[in-house]
Amino acid sequence: MYMKSAYEIRDKYLRKDMLPTIFCPGCGIGSVLQFTLRAIDDLGLNQDEIVWVSGIGCSSRVPGFVNFDGLHTTHGRALAFATGIKLANPNLKIIAFMGDGDAAAIGGNHFIHAIRRNLDVTVILINNFTYGMTGGQVAPTALKGLRGTTAPYGQFENPFDIAGLAVAAGANYVARWTVFNYLQGINSIKKALSKEGFTLVEFLSPCPISFGRRNRMKTSPELIRWYQKITVPLAKAKKMKPEELEGKIVIGEFADRDRPGLVREYREYIKRAKKMMGWEE
Amino acid sequence: MRYPFPVGKSDFIQGDEAIARAAILAGCRFYAGYPITPASEIFEAMALYMPLVDGVSIQMEDEIASIAAIIGASWAGAKAMTATSGPGFSLMQENLGYAVMTETPIVVVDVQRGGPSTGQPTLPAQGDIMQAIWGTHGDHMLIVLSPSTVQEAFDFTILAFNFAEKYRTPVVLLTDAEIAHMRERVYIPSPEEIELVERKLPASEEEAKLPFGDPHGDGVPPMPIFGKGYRTYVTGLTHDERGRPKTVDAEVHEKLITRIFRKILDHKDEIISYEEFMLDDADVAIVSTGIVSRSAIRAVKILRERGVKAGLLKLNTVWPFDFDYIEELAERVRKIYVPEMNLGQLYHLVKEGANGKAEVELIAKIGGEVHTPMEIVERVVG
Repeated sequence: MYMKSAYEIRDKYLRKDMLPTIFCPGCGIGSVLQFTLRAIDDLGLNQDEIVWVSGIGCSSRVPGFVNFDGLHTTHGRALAFATGIKLANPNLKIIAFMGDGDAAAIGGNHFIHAIRRNLDVTVILINNFTYGMTGGQVAPTALKGLRGTTAPYGQFENPFDIAGLAVAAGANYVARWTVFNYLQGINSIKKALSKEGFTLVEFLSPCPISFGRRNRMKTSPELIRWYQKITVPLAKAKKMKPEELEGKIVIGEFADRDRPGLVREYREYIKRAKKMMGWEE
Repeated sequence: MRYPFPVGKSDFIQGDEAIARAAILAGCRFYAGYPITPASEIFEAMALYMPLVDGVSIQMEDEIASIAAIIGASWAGAKAMTATSGPGFSLMQENLGYAVMTETPIVVVDVQRGGPSTGQPTLPAQGDIMQAIWGTHGDHMLIVLSPSTVQEAFDFTILAFNFAEKYRTPVVLLTDAEIAHMRERVYIPSPEEIELVERKLPASEEEAKLPFGDPHGDGVPPMPIFGKGYRTYVTGLTHDERGRPKTVDAEVHEKLITRIFRKILDHKDEIISYEEFMLDDADVAIVSTGIVSRSAIRAVKILRERGVKAGLLKLNTVWPFDFDYIEELAERVRKIYVPEMNLGQLYHLVKEGANGKAEVELIAKIGGEVHTPMEIVERVVG
């Protein structure tokens, strides 16, 4: 596969006056951003017809760095804002760049309902098990025993499996990778951006400063090695016993279906309304 | 264009229905909401009408999502509205602040009911005046309108959209359960009878690059809506004229927030509206807003019959507030009475405006009933 140089991607899509980014050394958000921009570039999508939406947190700063229309909203609410943008102008393609706390905790309700409606949006989700920007508190994705500033003795709650939640809620496309799986990641984002309805690509992404440091993994390579250890590809996981999968995270493509998206459903609804009122045949 | 209700003639309808019809005639094509008494009929009417005019009506998962969706729709170019009541309005406050900060034109209808908390869902109140004005955090400025009849509910809805578009601001329409469910004869104008204001769009690339600037000197920046190739970044963080976050720059913050205040306050003569009733020679003034004004008008008539020179000032705009005018009024009269359906909210504004030039007395009533005219009369004559 031919890959354009990172400089080319940077020059074409980033707002240079906004650089440098706010991201810490070793952070994985830049990598995922690069995957997303490469996917847009490979698909030849029109930069003027894409809107980036985000909530609050490190990953939500991404729309500020890319040269597109962007709405940086309130904590957890990105998908609710996106619903308005998409239905008011269905010609716009929407990318929601979110964090795990943003999407699954404060925004959990918006997340499942956007999926239930099959809102036409591609969610790129940075899962680093922590609230990075606010200083390393535990997120609802944090595996049991992981430490954060609000669970200094190790997380005692059960974690959310975000991809699993999305599949159950009815998303058209769901995949999960680590930032280390860059080819699969780019391909998944391309697939997600090409599909109608709700699509989600989740990335396990290193946060050495806020998360790793408190969990005996001070550098990004240590975190990536840990991801390699705890992740299991879907095909392999299918052959494993539940007890063997305890504490592991399955990666791969979890859903790929073509239910009609919200825009299409609403267009049909308008037709039905006019017919029922006798306005149209 | 075909409308799903009769236009150019009168109809006998509820306040909530009037608001929905007015919104459609004002050009609203996006409605997002969450059911709540006594505002649900607005949503139900919108659900019926919107698909027929190729607009969107969507039931969101909560009130937070509802206001978020209309802000998104507004940035995508649509005139957008949501409606709720007290508890839902409380949930909307964070994003109402976001709309102030990002200068997004939206209309939020708050049909007041008794509170706090779930309170009295089916009964009217005026307990959200302070919440409408100061509910969201931080220094902010928006417009709050308050109708007292079903006809005014209709007319002020159109006004609310016009103000929202003209000043790039959220506008709150404060009604109450009484107006919401009361049926009255309302004149529904035909579209050509209505004057509509559309938001200012960037006239050039240069203007589009300053989505939060002041290229026209009126404090209202042209709004580069999404999808036009302007690549606008919108954030609730403190931002400069180009929309870039500048969160620790005191000067940028001050400039932005003071302009958001200025764009409303510099035009307050155009925004503030009130009606005077027998106030010219009055010795006693009643100041009221919304549904209570109806009883107050009757009270003034009775007081005049009894030889008391009473007059009424009915506030159509609750915010911005004309403190100077109230002071002027206080200089002319002996006493000001403020009947309102709460334990004193408008009262504080009036008292501040009166500035000690006249005595100000609150006539509070809570529990879900509008003041009777005699309750006001008896307080005035003692």
